Amino acid sequence: MGEKKSFKTVMDRDGIDRCLTRIAYEILEKNKGMDDLVLVGIRTGGVFLAERLKKKISGIEGGDISLGILDVTLYRDDISTSYKKQHPGKTDITFSLDGKKVVLVDDVLFTGRTIRAAMDALIDFGRPKMIQLAVLIDRGHRELPIRADFVGKNLPSSLWEAVTVNLVEKNGIDEVIIVEDAK
Amino acid sequence: MKLEKKDILGIQDLSVGEINLILATAESFLEISTREIKKVPTLRGKTVINLFFEASTRTRTSFEIAGKRLSADTINISASTSSVVKGETLIDTARNLEAMNPDVIVIRHSAAGAPRLLASLIRQSIINAGDGAHEHPSQALLDMMTIKEKKGAIAGLKVAIIGDIAHSRVARSNIYGLTKMGASVALAGPATMMPRDIEQMGITVHNKMEEAISNADVVMMLRIQLERQKQNIFPSLREYSQHYCLNRRNIALAKKDAIVMHPGPINRGVEISPDIADDPDRSVILDQVNKGVAVRMALLYLLTGGSQ
Repeated sequence: MGEKKSFKTVMDRDGIDRCLTRIAYEILEKNKGMDDLVLVGIRTGGVFLAERLKKKISGIEGGDISLGILDVTLYRDDISTSYKKQHPGKTDITFSLDGKKVVLVDDVLFTGRTIRAAMDALIDFGRPKMIQLAVLIDRGHRELPIRADFVGKNLPSSLWEAVTVNLVEKNGIDEVIIVEDAK
Repeated sequence: MKLEKKDILGIQDLSVGEINLILATAESFLEISTREIKKVPTLRGKTVINLFFEASTRTRTSFEIAGKRLSADTINISASTSSVVKGETLIDTARNLEAMNPDVIVIRHSAAGAPRLLASLIRQSIINAGDGAHEHPSQALLDMMTIKEKKGAIAGLKVAIIGDIAHSRVARSNIYGLTKMGASVALAGPATMMPRDIEQMGITVHNKMEEAISNADVVMMLRIQLERQKQNIFPSLREYSQHYCLNRRNIALAKKDAIVMHPGPINRGVEISPDIADDPDRSVILDQVNKGVAVRMALLYLLTGGSQ
């Protein structure tokens, strides 16, 4: 901290909005409508994106789509090794996942470990018919055999960079930035 | 934020920040117990030993369930089935358990200070599940969590604690916790059950129960320990209950929305009348038990390296 970090903006408010609009249409296209479809946002960034997708999907198709909130902290594989840990927040899935097509929503897809944890968590809640993954940014560097079904933007990045998604709901601004030399 | 402690020995040792951290973590764990599959893999591969030298249903079961819901392996040892009956000392028992490499040892013992002694001797985390008349930190934490949920905040509340204060580790831990969190505490009980100089803990002491309850937001009743009657601390149960039983008449002196708490096990008709214990508008006794699992999950999680 204290050092000057250079960052560049790779997506602004309109860019994020267009990506989400496209993803909403793609989700409906792939699933042929919204029957049995539910959204589950991964805390914290994914929750706000999932809320926005819910609005867009309802706007396109009419009708309501269920939205759940998932906290994966307790399913992580680095609880006792990592020094940088997250707040174990509340999970809030008030509907059954049995037989549902679940679209997991997260902001950045990176190593894939969060998604691995999220899938373990979802399966503890029931037996979804299918789990799909929607992310705003795919920055590469996967450590597990996981890929997203819906991607806002592919952003090849170096391991020395940090990709940050800021959203109005928590940061007061909509933007995707790359911070260089983040170590 | 991380809990920078190896052990949980008492509320006296905890800062306001640490209490808030534990309560906030416990909040997140409440929901797990409502799931169909009540288990998360967080503490997979960790071992928790419940070492109970005193009888317990609630606390031991609660710690065991807490460990299991986090996927830890929990092992229960009670004094009657352990080598204690063969004459092994507490320290030897603990050293032997230490050699088996558990991650957390939860201990209840009739001697005040037994958990602290163990904590100083062995490298694993120790959680005090009640030591003599000293402290019962997980009970006070679950009480504070219940109060916080029902009343929104702890600071500024008036909490009355009624009964055998002298022999109550629950009372002591709650006095430490509630005063740290900014509540005012009023005690009442027979003079033989009131520790000398307890006012020094920053509380008010009353002889009459009605004075302590008056205008209270929370009324916490303590179990009258029937085994104490032999020590001539009180003449008869009947006489005790005439003066210190919470009933429809005296609860009316508390605030209209006051809640009634009891750490259990309750002696119906002795310290609390059945209609109050079962009053859905007032009694939060079973809420306390429910919160207990979440609080103990939080303690196990935070001591084994989790943070918030």
